[in-house]
Amino acid sequence: MASTEADVFDRLGRGLSALGAWIDDRFPMTKLIKEHATEYYASKNFNVWYGFGVIATFVLVLQLVTGIFLTMNYKPSAAEAFGSVEYIMRDVEWGWLIRYLHSTGASAFFIVVYLHMFRGLLYGSYKKPRELVWIIGMFIYLALMAEAFFGYLLPWGNMSYWGAQVIVSLFGALPVVGPDLAEWIRGDFYISDITLNRFFAFHVIAVPLMLVLLVVVHIMALHEVGSNNPDGIEIKEHKGADGRPIDGVAFHPYHTSKDLVIVVVFLILFSAVVFFAPDMGGYFLEHANFEPANTLATPEHIAPVWYFTPFYAILRAVPDKLVGVGLMGSAVMLLFFMPWLDRCRVKSIRYRSWIYKIALMAFAITFVTLGYLGLQPATGAVPTLSLVFTILYFAFFLFMPFYTRIEKTKPVPTRVTW
Amino acid sequence: MVKKVVVALVFGIGLAGGAAAQHEAALEPANTNIANTASLQRGAKYFVNYCLGCHSAQYVRYNRLAEDLQLSEQQLVDNLMFTGEQVFDTMANAMRSEDAARWFTVAPPDLSLIARSRGTDYIYTFLRSFYAAPGRPTGVDNVVLPGTAMPHVLWQLQGTQRAVFAEHDGVQEFEGFELVKAGELAASDYDNVVRDIVNFLDYIGEPIKRERQQLGIRVIGFLLVFLLIAFMLKKEIWKDVK
Repeated sequence: MASTEADVFDRLGRGLSALGAWIDDRFPMTKLIKEHATEYYASKNFNVWYGFGVIATFVLVLQLVTGIFLTMNYKPSAAEAFGSVEYIMRDVEWGWLIRYLHSTGASAFFIVVYLHMFRGLLYGSYKKPRELVWIIGMFIYLALMAEAFFGYLLPWGNMSYWGAQVIVSLFGALPVVGPDLAEWIRGDFYISDITLNRFFAFHVIAVPLMLVLLVVVHIMALHEVGSNNPDGIEIKEHKGADGRPIDGVAFHPYHTSKDLVIVVVFLILFSAVVFFAPDMGGYFLEHANFEPANTLATPEHIAPVWYFTPFYAILRAVPDKLVGVGLMGSAVMLLFFMPWLDRCRVKSIRYRSWIYKIALMAFAITFVTLGYLGLQPATGAVPTLSLVFTILYFAFFLFMPFYTRIEKTKPVPTRVTW
Repeated sequence: MVKKVVVALVFGIGLAGGAAAQHEAALEPANTNIANTASLQRGAKYFVNYCLGCHSAQYVRYNRLAEDLQLSEQQLVDNLMFTGEQVFDTMANAMRSEDAARWFTVAPPDLSLIARSRGTDYIYTFLRSFYAAPGRPTGVDNVVLPGTAMPHVLWQLQGTQRAVFAEHDGVQEFEGFELVKAGELAASDYDNVVRDIVNFLDYIGEPIKRERQQLGIRVIGFLLVFLLIAFMLKKEIWKDVK
């Protein structure tokens, strides 16, 4: 007797739930899904600033997938690297798209991560109990910078070559061990085939592995303490009779459906760049990098890619190389200490005083300006301006324990604004 | 508050972009169009006749070129291939780079990506800016790239021109050109020849460019429709959140 359609689905359903039970006896599948999706509660009043975390995760996956396909055709050798990239661009089916997705993805990753970090500064997401979420996030940022730096050498264009030369030589500025350290990093007396090979190893396996692990740890730490929100209130402090935060909604399906909209909006902007301006006027793919690496001729003006330029401007702000390197390193490291530099008890900028609002605005403008200055040749007013904005950059952090202590904050509501 | 931050960031980036764009001022706009297949075909002809003798285009494959320029394989072989290459070969040249270095002091660069590294305006202006300089080994110099090792390959077409310099505060500044001896072409016709060459160089710099832009419109069109669906799904799911 032929079974009806309903019978088939019925049997399929029973079979699947039996399989699920079988797995759950051996692996915490349902438990994990509940803990991290269907019963993970996050505030219902997230604004657009809360979308950059999911976009960053999306870009990470995009970079991993496109990276794997690029690796299939890329040749990590000084003689062949540049040509193999052009081979990907011209002869590999859809190679051009994979390459542009990857190169645009690199810049997009930094835009998204900078905005994600700025969200943290806006709403005090680094404060108790989320100090570790912030610190792990900072390690992700360090890993991302390393990943971008190693990856930038791989096309073996002239800017890749001289950019790497400049950055590696920074290690040479360290006292005593400097020159030996720089040589050890390069594996040679100058950037060579050997350097390219080891940078390839770091770029395709060592750092991505670290990045993925750090992202998992970042999300685990976040889900342990729960997400912050634009009001900076702990939603766990107001639970309903069912034990769920009243102001929270389940990550799935509520936040996932919202995140889908956010990711699609991001993809539209991202596609506009990939399909219509993949070089982004020389900012995402630099003009000088369309010439193969030339050990004898530097590009007219060596500047790192835009996402490093705020720190590059700080490096160049002082005439002494060692001091510059120290300042650049501290500029990044200071961010790690945000949870303790900020003495204000109120998290969200919505209820903080004008002092912090002005300080944060000034910091945002300083960061963007330093980024601009880092792109310019160090002539005319650029060195002086770099120094002024470097001082402003450090002032934001170093005076923070003082100006945040005297803030007159507004009363914080007990429930989220909705 | 949030709005102000976004505006500040976008405005800041916009300013940076605008200021950085003001680099290398004196270039003439090339006004090329890679959608103009006839221009690309002429450009290909000039390229193999005038450029390929010294410069290679080592990443450009002949048969891909023919396909994109709407040429049959026979047209390709008859018009663009002179030295017995196969249609699937890339555009190499016969000059060895050691010889080139000895003859010209530097080996002529490969031109596959010249439009991407230097820009179309640069090449357009460069090819129009040779002037007579009797002291130089090639008899010419160039305003865009002073001291260039490249001879004026298109001199028969353009004729001979003289550069006029004037002194401002002790600095020699370029004022303009004066035609000394007319070439085979009128000035505007010569500009069009150069424009076709530059257009061709722009095309070989990124053969996929046109297809990329056409695909982009369809991808973004799809994403806009999908955005509507995703937005409706989100509204449906969130409607019971009070």
